[in-house]
Amino acid sequence: MNELQLELTNSLRKYCQDKIEPFMEEDDASGKFRPEIFKGLGEYGVTGVPLPEEFGGANLSYTDFAYVLREIAKYSAPYAVTLSVSTMVQNIINEFGNQDQKEKYLPPLTSGQEIGAFCLSESHAGSDAASLKMTAKKTQGGYILNGSKMWITSAGVASTYFVTARTGGEGAKGISAFIVQAGTKGFSIGKKEKKMGFRTSPTCEILFENCFIPEENLLGQEGEGFKYAMSGLDRGRISIGAIACGLAQRSLDESVKYSLERKQFQQEIFNFQGLQFMMADMATEVSASWLMVLEAARLFDAKNSDSKLASMAKLKSTDVAMKVTTDAVQIFGGAGYTSEYPVERYMRDAKVMQIFEGTNQIQRVVIARALKKEHQ
Amino acid sequence: MWFFTDEEKEIQRTCREFAKNEIAPYAEKHDTDETFNLDAFKKMAELGLLGITSDPEYGGAGLGATAATIVMEEFGRACPGLTLSYLAHTILCVNNLNSNGSKEQKEKYLPKLISGEMIGCMGMSEPEYGSDAVGMQTKATKNASGYSITGNKMWITNAQYADLVYLYTRTGPGKKDLTTFLVEKGTPGFSVSKEIHKMGMRGSPTGELSFENCQVPESARVGSEGDSVIHMMKNLEIERITIAGISLGVAQACTEQCIKYAGERKQFGKNLANFQMIQKMIAEMASETEMLKRFLYTVCYEYDHGNRDNVLASMVKLEVPKRATKIALDAIQLHGGYGYSREFPVERLMRDNKLNEIGAGTNEVMIMIIAKNLLNEALRS
Repeated sequence: MNELQLELTNSLRKYCQDKIEPFMEEDDASGKFRPEIFKGLGEYGVTGVPLPEEFGGANLSYTDFAYVLREIAKYSAPYAVTLSVSTMVQNIINEFGNQDQKEKYLPPLTSGQEIGAFCLSESHAGSDAASLKMTAKKTQGGYILNGSKMWITSAGVASTYFVTARTGGEGAKGISAFIVQAGTKGFSIGKKEKKMGFRTSPTCEILFENCFIPEENLLGQEGEGFKYAMSGLDRGRISIGAIACGLAQRSLDESVKYSLERKQFQQEIFNFQGLQFMMADMATEVSASWLMVLEAARLFDAKNSDSKLASMAKLKSTDVAMKVTTDAVQIFGGAGYTSEYPVERYMRDAKVMQIFEGTNQIQRVVIARALKKEHQ
Repeated sequence: MWFFTDEEKEIQRTCREFAKNEIAPYAEKHDTDETFNLDAFKKMAELGLLGITSDPEYGGAGLGATAATIVMEEFGRACPGLTLSYLAHTILCVNNLNSNGSKEQKEKYLPKLISGEMIGCMGMSEPEYGSDAVGMQTKATKNASGYSITGNKMWITNAQYADLVYLYTRTGPGKKDLTTFLVEKGTPGFSVSKEIHKMGMRGSPTGELSFENCQVPESARVGSEGDSVIHMMKNLEIERITIAGISLGVAQACTEQCIKYAGERKQFGKNLANFQMIQKMIAEMASETEMLKRFLYTVCYEYDHGNRDNVLASMVKLEVPKRATKIALDAIQLHGGYGYSREFPVERLMRDNKLNEIGAGTNEVMIMIIAKNLLNEALRS
């Protein structure tokens, strides 16, 4: 960790401990999202980490961003994901948008005043995203959007939505991307999902009913939308990896702490070799996945991006987060199963990380495809 | 299983039907609200299930571990939470009372517990004594009118609903100076001090019991002073076997739900069933479930035929819940985003099942017991 990263994570830690941690238990139970928490992250300058200064970003590296996400995830993986998705939307706009779009949409997002959301999945198009059915019909001065999007992170609390819809024929090449703002006529938030975990982060369906979008909201070129979405997800994998590492690290830290406090059979339970080996394995796995994430981020920063490694990092670190959080509940025993300690929440939060931003099955598809390509 | 008796097969049919109609439709609601399906519980009495292992002269069905495990499996498929409450009542309270109580105690309580008029629970764990249960500190002090009990019992299933507690206490300084009592709800000094909110098993109420100079008559004592360890040993196996039965139900339900979903959900233009990765997941969960089922019921069969093997029962308690959690996690994964939402039952089954790796002896305690038994000689030399 360099000096900047050290300083960034130290100051963030304080914010997370004071302003995030105290609410997480009750907000998980009630399913409440607090916009002020996100705005506060903006005040710390971490809501547009890798974006250019010209648009209010911090112009830092993706490695720096990985440190930021990991630190926040130690206190709340859901808020870290709100941030990573909002940043992903900014990255896509920055890369593929025109100057006007960047000037208009980026500053409120980089400052953390507003939140970005990414709308790709539909009820019948999850892993098979390119089969999406939502349509964008060209009309005078713009497009008319019809259809619905599913499992949208930050739906309802976000103001800027990256939306993919079909403007052409079947398959990926018929898909275009649009920027849609909350409040547009014909745009509405549908059913809110009741989820196993990640309950502070709202996930909803979004409905588009004859929703007119002016031409200037088309992102890049018609038919390129799927490519833009995939480019965002490519980087997103590194972010999710970093968040999974933060969640796993916290679960490990809590486990060590608890096992040194809790006594059974007249001694600290840490003394039992069964638990020592469990924690040694947890620590080894957490370190291994964090090193993978850092290496994927470093290659990205060096403009030598390796999407196979990014997929591997997402796959490995989220599988590790699941295993480590599950083991943490086990180490805490009955106490860990109750909401008095946070580890059961960490375990519930970990599961979705193996599912969103490309299920771990899809990551394997990506990895296998890359292996084949390397040998052809 | 091929060796089920006609009576056991009949119980399986009845319970499956009952679970489908009376338990499954309400499982999600009770999970969300953290409430207890008292209605279904009372109806279990009508089916004669609340005293499944108890003597017929008190209204019990007089059946063995196989029958009890069948009930756990069938109910566990639908709602592990309610099934855990059923287990705490029928096995932890009723079965223990049936095997350890005096004739008077049994006459007084068993008919009411078996008819559902009373609900029972067992008090063993304490805030500071979980895995190390025999270190318990809840004290029963002898006095002129019986005993005065003081202490706290933690993680007690059915606490808020229990009319009768089958309670373990300390009556002396020695490791085995533990004595069992029957404490009725409403006894002065006895209260439910805290409701415990949990990750899963939310359809099963859990609480902390508080005893403050709680005076009970000598007739409330089960057996003699210092008998608790003998009482505990007597029914350890069936307690471990039956809780594994709930996990078997979870594994079965998850596997079946995945098979169904793989035939319905289409991605990339075809059913999920066509993808080799999905086939692998389903083939492995089904194989594992089949293996667990045969392991568990074989141990039940042996138990019912006189081989009460502590090591085998501990192995069952270790392996079935542990593997069921893995199966349930895979089931969520196979369902993708839907699996993570409460629209499908798999995420609830996973949360519920995790408890079975902790309650009634953690995995780690099972490992300790198995190892100690296997290494008995080696540890001495």
